[in-house]
Formats: sequence, structure tokens, C-alpha cells
Amino acid sequence: MRLRLEARPEPSRAMLWLSPLLAALLAAAGGGVVFALLGYDPWAALGMLFLAPLSSLDGLTELGLKATPLLLCALGIAIGVRANVWNIGAEGQLTMGAIAGGGVALAFGGAGHWWVLPLMLLAGVAGGAAWGALPALLRTRFNAHEILTTLMLNYVAIQILGWLVHGPWIDPEGFNFPQTRMFEADALLPVLVEGSRLHAGFLLALLAVPLGWLLLARTVTGFRLRTVGQAPAAARYAGFSASGAVWFSLVLSGALAGLAGVSEAAGPVGQLQPSMSPGYGFAAIIVAFLGRLNPVGILFASLLMALLYLGGEQLQVSMQLPLAATGTIQGMLLFFLLATDVFIDQRLVLAEARHA
Amino acid sequence: MTLHRRSLLAAPALLGAAALTHGAAAADPFKVGFVYVSPIGDAGWTFQHELGRRAVEAALGDAVKTSYVENVPEGADAERVIRRLAQDGNQLIFATSFGYMNQTERVAKAFPKVKFEHATGYKRAVNLATYSGRYYEPRYLTGIIAGRLSKSGVIGYVAAFPIPEVIQGINAVMLGARSVNPNATIKVVFTSSWYDPGRERAAADTLVAQGADYLTQHTDSTAVVQAAEEKGVWCSGYDSDMLKYAPKTHTTAVEMHWDDYYIDRVKQAIAGTWTSGDVWGGMASGMVRLSRFNPNLPAPLLGEVAAKTEEIKSGKLVVFSGPIKDQSGAVKVPAGKALTDPEILSMNWFAEGVQGKV
Repeated sequence: MRLRLEARPEPSRAMLWLSPLLAALLAAAGGGVVFALLGYDPWAALGMLFLAPLSSLDGLTELGLKATPLLLCALGIAIGVRANVWNIGAEGQLTMGAIAGGGVALAFGGAGHWWVLPLMLLAGVAGGAAWGALPALLRTRFNAHEILTTLMLNYVAIQILGWLVHGPWIDPEGFNFPQTRMFEADALLPVLVEGSRLHAGFLLALLAVPLGWLLLARTVTGFRLRTVGQAPAAARYAGFSASGAVWFSLVLSGALAGLAGVSEAAGPVGQLQPSMSPGYGFAAIIVAFLGRLNPVGILFASLLMALLYLGGEQLQVSMQLPLAATGTIQGMLLFFLLATDVFIDQRLVLAEARHA
Repeated sequence: MTLHRRSLLAAPALLGAAALTHGAAAADPFKVGFVYVSPIGDAGWTFQHELGRRAVEAALGDAVKTSYVENVPEGADAERVIRRLAQDGNQLIFATSFGYMNQTERVAKAFPKVKFEHATGYKRAVNLATYSGRYYEPRYLTGIIAGRLSKSGVIGYVAAFPIPEVIQGINAVMLGARSVNPNATIKVVFTSSWYDPGRERAAADTLVAQGADYLTQHTDSTAVVQAAEEKGVWCSGYDSDMLKYAPKTHTTAVEMHWDDYYIDRVKQAIAGTWTSGDVWGGMASGMVRLSRFNPNLPAPLLGEVAAKTEEIKSGKLVVFSGPIKDQSGAVKVPAGKALTDPEILSMNWFAEGVQGKV
């Protein structure tokens, strides 16, 4: 008698949603073992990792702040993956959004015009969308695969930002250090909770969740995207345009990433620096899959990912745990997620003699 | 009545307990926080700050409790980490990278009772001091070594960003090298990252292929000196002594020592005599030094370097004193004049002999 995997007749909906929870629990358990082996109290460490950041208003606002760019980028990536369009370029689109929005702030900020901030947001969205449109053009016109082009355009965007903050946009009073001057008050997003850094960009990200869900689940456009993604032949037969899906998903996910970028620039950063993101565009790919490519799932996944960052810092500050210890937990979370995902399409059965 | 008596009896006991807890509070260690830009590792910029933190713990024992957060990206995340350290009861916080400047300034405003120290920046407040080292002084000495040892006269320089601190170092090496070899030149490759061993290695290989036979770096990994060791060309390290990564070819390194400064500042903070300000320590202060020399270096060269070290320490040799020309040959510093500190701090031009663009 032994165990073996057998394909399920159809994917288990229960496992689809249980799998991330199971993976989180297993990662927590594995993390507890790691903490104990390192000589720390595992319960105290786990509490510090998962609960301490949630136990104060300040922690909650920081959680929302950290989740905002992850959420925006991951929503766009997920919509693309549904249509089988792989956007690895959210980091660059985010950077372009920050550049476009930041340019408006530097040009028009400080005079007290009411329209500066809305124009910045629009510019950010447009900048990200344009940077997403480029690989769409390359894919539909020249058949260059978007995984390659979006990935490479990340570095181009970061170089453009580097050139701007080293050159034309450098702070003239900044001792030649590569950054722009700080944005004026009228070019900064309003703060939601007095004394915190949580800004209005968080609300825009939250708003994008139901809109993304509506788009995917309740509109013809969403149906076309999913059909092109899952059954290209059927989509062709139905007359759904494959290149239309490429354009739509890359421009939309670029726009969302651009919004994330301008929100960072006009939010916690308050200026343009050589790097506007510690890799949100790449982490968002993980968030998108952790959230099952579903907007509501992605909301929770982005909060979980943000929690892991915050909890990891808390562990270092309060218990002097090395950073690598929390990195191990993040790794385990993904490892266990891949492992438990096996059970969405398969199930464990006892192999009996007559099968052999 | 009984109740009253009880409470009366209890009162002295309560007072005693209060006094006890108060006594314990007074003996609580003074908490000091450190923010690091990269993993600690075992050599490099962050490692030197970590040595400083350990020195504080060793010198002050139970009187202090230090903690650190490593690999904190420059930018928005840093503000949260610094804020958390302040909320956690740290009374003195060292933010050890330039890119934490605006974040540290904002947190300092929000926590007026906490003292902050920001490395290499220029924004200060009543509770925000800045500190840095005159890395260009020992750099000049490595320039002399490079000028003497290089046969091709071409020095390869792997640098992170063209910011003043880095440009000062490149120009200082150039001036040092030209003081002994007027035909020496420097080729520069920028990596756009403080820590990227892969890119640093590729840059080092490129420079050797272009004829450089002395390598140096203004980045945080040991990749450049390791490349020099494999290619068999001389090199000097940065931040930390990197001799063990290139035992045959590592001449010496420009080394930072934050220990004395950190111990002094923590003592001052405990004693209540800490005040804000700006410290820019040179070789005379011991904040920047040359690390141990490679045993294979010729004795006359060691003697020459030792003599120049004393001249720098005594102020007889001023690194950025004229005549200095820039790349175009225009006189940047006339003979008899020297650059002022603000001019050094905003340096954005390469000296004659440096190949590459700012």
C-alpha cells in the first residue's frame, strides 16, 4: 500500500483557495523551527513577524503604504496573465510613471494650482501606459515576445531616470547628488491618517480591486481576454482579436504600474531618486500568483507580502534576528505554495494492489 | 476602617515598589540603533559600521543596548525603519547611507527628543548631526602606490555613481599617481550600484583588457580585488582591509574606522553633552586610514608612503591644492590656492588624466 498522486477530474475549487492558507501555515511552522534552531523563542518571533505590525494604527498605515504599489502592479500583471500576456516590465512602467508624474511636479508644483496633483496622476498613468504600449507594438508588429521586451525595457526606464536625476533634473542646491529637489506641498498626495505616511494612492489602489474584478468577471472585454488566454483557437473562431488582447492588457497593466510609480513619488518619497522602487514590479509577479490572479485574492496577497516585509524589519529591530531568517520564511512561503498547488489539479490516493 | 488601615500599611510598600521600578528604569541600558544599506557580510562599507557598533557594545557594556537593521534600501522604506527604531526606544540612531538623508530629516522632526546621526549627508537640525570621512586623503596615497607600481601607467577604477564623494576619490588617486608618474591615466567604469559583485567583476575584467594594470574601486564588494588577484595585477581595496581576498596583489585599502567616533558620540548622548554638528574626519583623526600593507611591497615605496602620510596628517600636504587642471586642460585650482570644503563637497569635474565622463 502506498500513496500516489492522481489527476482530479476537475480542479478543486476548495484547494485553489485553501492552498495559500495552507502554505502560509506551513511557512509559519517552518519559520518557527528556524527561529528555534537559531536560539530564539519561536512563539515570540512569530508573533513579532505576523502580529506586531498589525497591533498599532501606525503599523496598519505602514502596511497599507507598503501594499499599495504591490497591489497596483500585481493587478495589472494578473489581467495580462489571464490573456496569456506576460508583463515582466512593471518595474520599468512604475519608473516611467514616476518620471512623468515627477516631471509635472517639478514643472508646475509650488504655485498652489489645484490641478497639479490630478495632472501628475494622469501623467503617471500615461507614462506607465506608454511604456506598456511599446512592447505591445513590438509584439503585434514584429512578433517580439513580451517577456523579453518588457524585461529589457525595465533597465531602459531605470537608465532614463538615472540620466534625468544626474543631469537635467538634478537639485541645483543638492551638492551635485543625483536627486531632484523635494516636491512642493501642492504636488504631494494628501495623507489619509494624521501623522502617518498613508496617502490617497492607497484608496486608488483599493478602488482598482473591484474595478479589476468587474472587468475580468462581468464584462465582455474580460471574457474575450480570458478566452484569448485559455483557448486561442476558440477565440480566433469567435473573431476575438489576439493582438487587441495584447494591446489592452499591456497598456492597462502599464497604466496601473505607472499609477503606482507616481504614487510613490508623490507619496512617501516626495522627490525623484535614481531608484524609485526596491523591486515592487518584480515582487508583484509573486503577489499576482499568490493571489490566484484574482483581484480580491491579490488584495490579500499584497497585504501578506507587505506584512512579511514589515514583520521582518520588526524582528531585526526588536529581537536582532538576521535579515536572512525572514528571507527564509518568504522563500518557504513560495515553496509551500508551489507544493500545495499540486493538489489543485491532483489528489492523493492509496495505490491498491489491483492497480499494480 | 480595616480598609483604611490596609491602604495605609500598603502605602509605604507601594512607594518602595515605585522606587524600585524607578531605580530599574534609571539602570536601563541606553538604546542605540543603526541602519545599514547592505548586508553586513565580512568586508565593505556596512561591515565597517558594524565594527563600530560592536566597538560601542564592547566599550560601554551593559550601559548600552544596540540594534541594527541591515539591507535597508535607500528611499521610502528607510523612513519606516528609522521611525520604528525611534519608536522602539532608541535614543540615538545612526543612519549610515547618503540616501537616507531626507528620510532621517523627516523622522528627526517627528521625534525631537531622539538624536540622529546621518553619514555623508548635508542636512542638519538640532537633533540631527552629520559625519563623514575625508576618504580622499588616503586615496591620494594609494595613487602614489599605483603610480609607482603600474607599468602601463593606466589605473582601472570601478566606481558606483558619479557623485562628489566618488569623484573626490578618483581625482585624489589621479593627483597622487601623477605626483610620481606625470603620464599616469585613470580609466573609470561606473556600475550604478554600491553593491553588485557581478557588474563590478565585469567592469574590472574590461579595465584589465583595456590595459589597466592597477585596479581600485569605489564599490562595496570584494569582486574587484578578486579579479585583480586572478589577473595578477596590483590593486587597492576600499572600506575594509581586503588583503585576504587578494593576498598576492592587494597593496593596501582605504579603510574607515567609525569605532572611536561612535563610542564618543554615544558617551556624549548618555552624559547629555551631545550636540548636533558636522564632523569630517581626515587621516589625522584616524577616521580614515590605510590598512596593513602587502608584505611584497618594496621598502622604498613603503617609506615614501609613510612620509606622505605624516605630511597629510600634519597638514603640510593638502590633497586638493593647486595647480590642478581639469580634463580639458583648464586650470581648476591655481597654484598657491586650495579647494575649500564646500568646493570639495560639490566636486563635479575630473582632473587631467582621468578618462571617462562625470
